[in-house]
Amino acid sequence: MPLAFLAVFFAWPLGAILHRSLVVDGSLDLPFDVLTASSTREIAWFTFWQATASTVLTLLAGLPLAWALARFSFRGRSLVEALVLVPFVLPTIVVATAFLALLPDGVERSIWAILLAHVFFNVAVVVRVVGAFWAGLDERLWDAAATLGAGPGQRQLRLTFPLLAPALASAASIVFLFCFTSFGVIVVLGGIRYSTLETEIYNQAARFFDLRTAAALALLQLAAVAAVVVVSGRLERRLGGARRPGRPTPRPTGRRRFAVYGIVLTSVALLLLAPIALVLRSLRVGDGYGLDHFASLFDETPALLVTPWHAVLNSLLFATAAAVIALAVGIPAAFAVARGTRGVDALLMLPLGASAVMLGFGFLLAFADPPLDLRSSVAIVPLAQALVATPFVVRSLAPALRARDPRLPDAAAVLGASPGRVRREVELPLLARPLAVAAALAFAVAVGEFGATVFVAQADRPTVPVAIFRFLGRPGADNVGSAMALCVVLMALVTVVALVSQRVLARGSR
Amino acid sequence: MTLTLDSIDVALDGTRIVDDVSFEIVTGERLALLGPSGAGKSTLLRVVAGLARPTSGRVLADGRDLTSVPAHRRGIGLVFQDAALFPHRTVAENVAFGPKVAGLSRAEQEARVAEALALVGLSQTGARDVSTLSGGEAQRIALARALAPRPQTLLLDEPLGALDGPLRQRLQDDLRALFERLGLTVVHVTHDVGEAFALGDRVAILRGGRVAQVAAPDELWARPADDWVARFLGMRNVERDGDRATVTRPDSVTVGPGVGATVVAADRDGPVVRLRVRRDDGRELDAVSLGNAPAVGATVSVEIDPTGVVEVPAWRPLDTAAPRE
Repeated sequence: MPLAFLAVFFAWPLGAILHRSLVVDGSLDLPFDVLTASSTREIAWFTFWQATASTVLTLLAGLPLAWALARFSFRGRSLVEALVLVPFVLPTIVVATAFLALLPDGVERSIWAILLAHVFFNVAVVVRVVGAFWAGLDERLWDAAATLGAGPGQRQLRLTFPLLAPALASAASIVFLFCFTSFGVIVVLGGIRYSTLETEIYNQAARFFDLRTAAALALLQLAAVAAVVVVSGRLERRLGGARRPGRPTPRPTGRRRFAVYGIVLTSVALLLLAPIALVLRSLRVGDGYGLDHFASLFDETPALLVTPWHAVLNSLLFATAAAVIALAVGIPAAFAVARGTRGVDALLMLPLGASAVMLGFGFLLAFADPPLDLRSSVAIVPLAQALVATPFVVRSLAPALRARDPRLPDAAAVLGASPGRVRREVELPLLARPLAVAAALAFAVAVGEFGATVFVAQADRPTVPVAIFRFLGRPGADNVGSAMALCVVLMALVTVVALVSQRVLARGSR
Repeated sequence: MTLTLDSIDVALDGTRIVDDVSFEIVTGERLALLGPSGAGKSTLLRVVAGLARPTSGRVLADGRDLTSVPAHRRGIGLVFQDAALFPHRTVAENVAFGPKVAGLSRAEQEARVAEALALVGLSQTGARDVSTLSGGEAQRIALARALAPRPQTLLLDEPLGALDGPLRQRLQDDLRALFERLGLTVVHVTHDVGEAFALGDRVAILRGGRVAQVAAPDELWARPADDWVARFLGMRNVERDGDRATVTRPDSVTVGPGVGATVVAADRDGPVVRLRVRRDDGRELDAVSLGNAPAVGATVSVEIDPTGVVEVPAWRPLDTAAPRE
């Protein structure tokens, strides 16, 4: 079932892109002209170096926090851990808009804005990937190094970095991938000056209707992304060896206390800055503050064919449907991945690497004609979003499935529970937590999905991210205000979903 | 319930883990399955519980063939190594699981939980989260959970394996008292000779998936089946001569004032002192001293009680395909 879904909704659009880029009037015509154009080279170079710079900055920003959270326990640590993850589930367009609100004029649409937004967005990856690995390292290693005569600097150089190397490389490749295929941030903060492969595909396809150029760029993008995915897959396998002994972490003492609290408080403050600026900006009306922008969400606007409120409803419906589809595809797939079925993991991760814009573009090419004309179908947006969300479902479920204790079903069986009963009373409740996380993640990804949705959403059925984009594309303070207000609504929605899933978690785990 | 294992074979990926094992346990009997790790003990236990299917052979209960009866219909309890408690349920909910799936009323379930918790001496823990239990407590709750459906036969897989020291000794004593009180038929897997001797009416020694010997502890100690068994039980006074071996039990070797040997080691083990002496001909012997033991380096005489000397076959691993020892 997951395979059939992937074949129709991923392989076919990809094939359509291939066909469009390589075949002209029924004969093979390689798009060398597009690939060798100087504009293409410039765009590719910018895509590469902004991703590299973003990755380096993200590592620098995330490592201190990863250290503090991984090696020490202190009051409010779990709150900080949750808070750090929030930017990651925030829709890219919301993050981009928040930085528009935060940064002063002149800086707001610059390379710095792009880099900062990428760091904000991806710090969670570093904290999670490196932090989890770091927490699993036996701290007696550092004690041993100290007794062998290594000073603090030596210990960092000869122990910390070599030990963390696989985690650092893995986190770096994930961040690089996200920044390489970043769309919402670049489109909003890059303005017309900065363009990456991802935004250029969109520009060529949606603005200039040059589908061949767009398809050729998509191929280039796919090749680059595939290379990164292969490398990161290698790195991740090396991570598998490290297991945590499950020791309690100490409270920081002495000078370390200042370092830990300083790092945590600074990081939290910086992470909160952009969302707070966003909320303030959404409330600013003229020289004062008010709820006017929120009230205007119920009014007709020339920016959309419907009221912004309709976009909110659309988003809720589409994202719910997308989450259901993603779970239906992702759960069996996660079981297959957990069983170690070869190739399934890589196959399912393809949509993640293929980038949202490419998927949207592929949908546009593949499903515009019979046998499957979805252009005016309500299903096209949920399908595209589900495709983007499925890898997240698999990724979040598979480790939990792998970590299951095989003796628990056995214990239930010898106590007299039938197989059905074992599933109902032992296996399912134990999976409640990861399932809730997967569902929430799928919904959050779908509701904030922008790159694919902007291609396939019909003009009279915009989602919130699409509506925000349309508002930002129009001049005038009111349009900016509406965009800010919609961002706040979307942010609140994602936060609520995250909190509700946390609640389910708390009940499911105890 | 008389439990019969009839020529049980278990092969996994072409390796024989259990090889033609047969024995019988009568109602109320307690059998310890003893062997080094990898001998197939746990696999055999899973076959009895119904969690693993034998490749061939039968499991019978009072003559009735259980081999194809799934675990949940066998009514045989199993206590897992490291407890394996359900992390999503409280202590009481864990213990109530069996009675609940058996369809007992809520009141009956509660009565069973109270009874089982009282049996293991943890009546006050019902509302606790299983993650708050200590290792010893978790093991007791696992026992209570297995007892709550009132099985006639109870299997235990290294129940004391994760515990150490006095706690281990105490739980071992408690288990023995409990088994006797409830008149349970028990199959108990362990790699610890002391635990097997303490908890088993009979001990089955498993070696490479095969039964090396089944006997009561005293019988095993007096007449080990071969020199491997003797060594496994901890006897070191074993001398091979061709396909025969002579085993001299340490408790039949006594030292006294005199000459002929030197004490090379003296370790107190509770009320006795275990001695290692080197005779003037160079041969070393284990001995036991009850009273004031001589110090290391002391010159002593050695006396051997001939009833403690047995001649046994020398064991050779003929079957090279046998699993690792």
